[in-house]
Amino acid sequence: MTSPALTVSPSASARKPARFKSLVTKYRVPLSILALCLLPWLLPSKALAVNVLIYGTVAVGYNLLFGYTGLLSFGHAAFVGTGAYITGIAIGQFGVPWYLAVLMGVIGGALLAFVMGALSTRTRGIYFSMVTLALAQLVYYVALQTPSWTGGENGLRGFTVNKINLFGFEINFLDPVNKYYVLMMFAALALWLVSRILNSPFGAAIEAIRENERRARTCGYNVERTKLLSFTLSGTICALGGTMSALHLAFVALDSLHYLSSGMIVMMTLLGGASSFFGPFIGALVFLVMEDVFSLWTSHWQIIVGSIFVLFVLFLPKGIWGTFLTKVMR
Amino acid sequence: MDTELILMQLFSGVALGAILVITALGLSIIFGMLGVVNFAHGALFMVGAYAGLWVASLTGSFWWGLLVAPIMIGVFGMAIEYVLIRPLYGRSIDDPLLLTFGLSYVLVEGVRIVFGSDGIPFPTPSSLTGVVDLGVGFFPIYRIFVVGVVFLVVVLLWLGLEKTKFGLIVRAGARDPAMMKVLGVDISKVWLLVFGLGVGLASLGGVLSGPMRSVNPEMGALVLAEAFVVTVIGGLGSLVGSIIAGLLVGVVISMTALFAPEMATIVMFALMAIVLMIRPQGLFGKLA
Repeated sequence: MTSPALTVSPSASARKPARFKSLVTKYRVPLSILALCLLPWLLPSKALAVNVLIYGTVAVGYNLLFGYTGLLSFGHAAFVGTGAYITGIAIGQFGVPWYLAVLMGVIGGALLAFVMGALSTRTRGIYFSMVTLALAQLVYYVALQTPSWTGGENGLRGFTVNKINLFGFEINFLDPVNKYYVLMMFAALALWLVSRILNSPFGAAIEAIRENERRARTCGYNVERTKLLSFTLSGTICALGGTMSALHLAFVALDSLHYLSSGMIVMMTLLGGASSFFGPFIGALVFLVMEDVFSLWTSHWQIIVGSIFVLFVLFLPKGIWGTFLTKVMR
Repeated sequence: MDTELILMQLFSGVALGAILVITALGLSIIFGMLGVVNFAHGALFMVGAYAGLWVASLTGSFWWGLLVAPIMIGVFGMAIEYVLIRPLYGRSIDDPLLLTFGLSYVLVEGVRIVFGSDGIPFPTPSSLTGVVDLGVGFFPIYRIFVVGVVFLVVVLLWLGLEKTKFGLIVRAGARDPAMMKVLGVDISKVWLLVFGLGVGLASLGGVLSGPMRSVNPEMGALVLAEAFVVTVIGGLGSLVGSIIAGLLVGVVISMTALFAPEMATIVMFALMAIVLMIRPQGLFGKLA
């Protein structure tokens, strides 16, 4: 990937929009948590709000790799699914308390991301997408062939979490509002983490690799190791999203590991706007609301969503939020 | 385990591999020439199988389906290149990939609307049913036929690329498109034809594989993953690599199916992981 030299253009006309932008950037974590607090009261159903929360977290984690490091992975469903499966198996088959099960899911997803990342970051450019897709399919087929653990094609059931003990309070987890706000804490944690990563020197390093890999290497960055770390962190946050979905649904579908699920994460991220902080969450919101609305009209809603995605790639490659930032807030 | 069974399984691996070869060749030609990884390749394979079935049922002859469907879908592929992919040249290499992924969504759902979500059986043409005794065992005629067709297509493709003026332009264009423009070649027309050819190969693979399995809207998903594995093992853009890796993967899958059936789909990915560790650019790929 070659890109022209990075030039910082002095923006003459930028007064108010620039201030708006820097304020939004500065308070991006509190702002998104505020938005998340209001979300269930703005959407038609609480279940949809929980889904937005889960996929928003997944997309934000994915975007660390896609938007900020510039690596288009088609295998992140593997981490989401692994997080969900490990949580489900730990609760259902070993009776592990839910918080430990979540931790195990996240660690398991992180380890898998490390291994897959170590293999796939050896490749360059377009190979990367193909290799991540193929490795994730490997995970899918392993889950399909080990039904005694995963339930095979039928998915994993039988690990319903009814009550959650949080800081001494007993919370009824079956109540959708309680469920939303418990899971929101995980989403908030993920957002805070990603924001911290992006503000760190490491965050600058991954963006440098995205802009010009050769130059980053010349500047002394260990490109391979940085990519691997970004891959692992991104996979870890996706695994967190997976554990959230396992707690939410009390079910893990085999399809959650399929590369079409990875593609859905990619679509959400791009719809909202890759390489922007709010973009992936907005993309997840828009995608899931579209699914919710269109599936009322037709069972073939995917043809509409697919067409909209194609149009976005053609005409709005920066996504909704990215376009808003560059066109409106210039 | 007797040798006859092993030989038969080996041959069915070659037949399976032949389908992989032709599909992966389409992917590889498009990438080598246009630098585009066609994520809709599996979906177009599936659309090709449906088109073959449709033409065959319309004309009452499998042969028309085999002949007409790849041309039809190839032309459709040219339309895709012209309308959707052309605007993306010069942008990030990820953009055509993302676009074709979205397109595969649309194609799969479109086929579901037209032909329904359930699988449809694809009858083997009556002249190709049955088995033939080759002295070492009985082999299904249809699979022998598939291997023969793929062999013929590969030879024609090789002759076309190595011995014709068009092939010369294609090979030169893959190496240096700017120089081709300077020399007065309308390279965009070549890209159009190459994309159509690659898509045509995918749909030929779809039609050929039809009688070996039933046809359903989701069949393209596995095919895409398989084609990726083959091109990653063989080296993206290398035609020889696609051929050898395709046969290798086919044989490995069916031999594994004989000894450990539950490992059959897993083993090709493991093979790819091993190749990646030893030669990240693939067996016949060049270092970027």
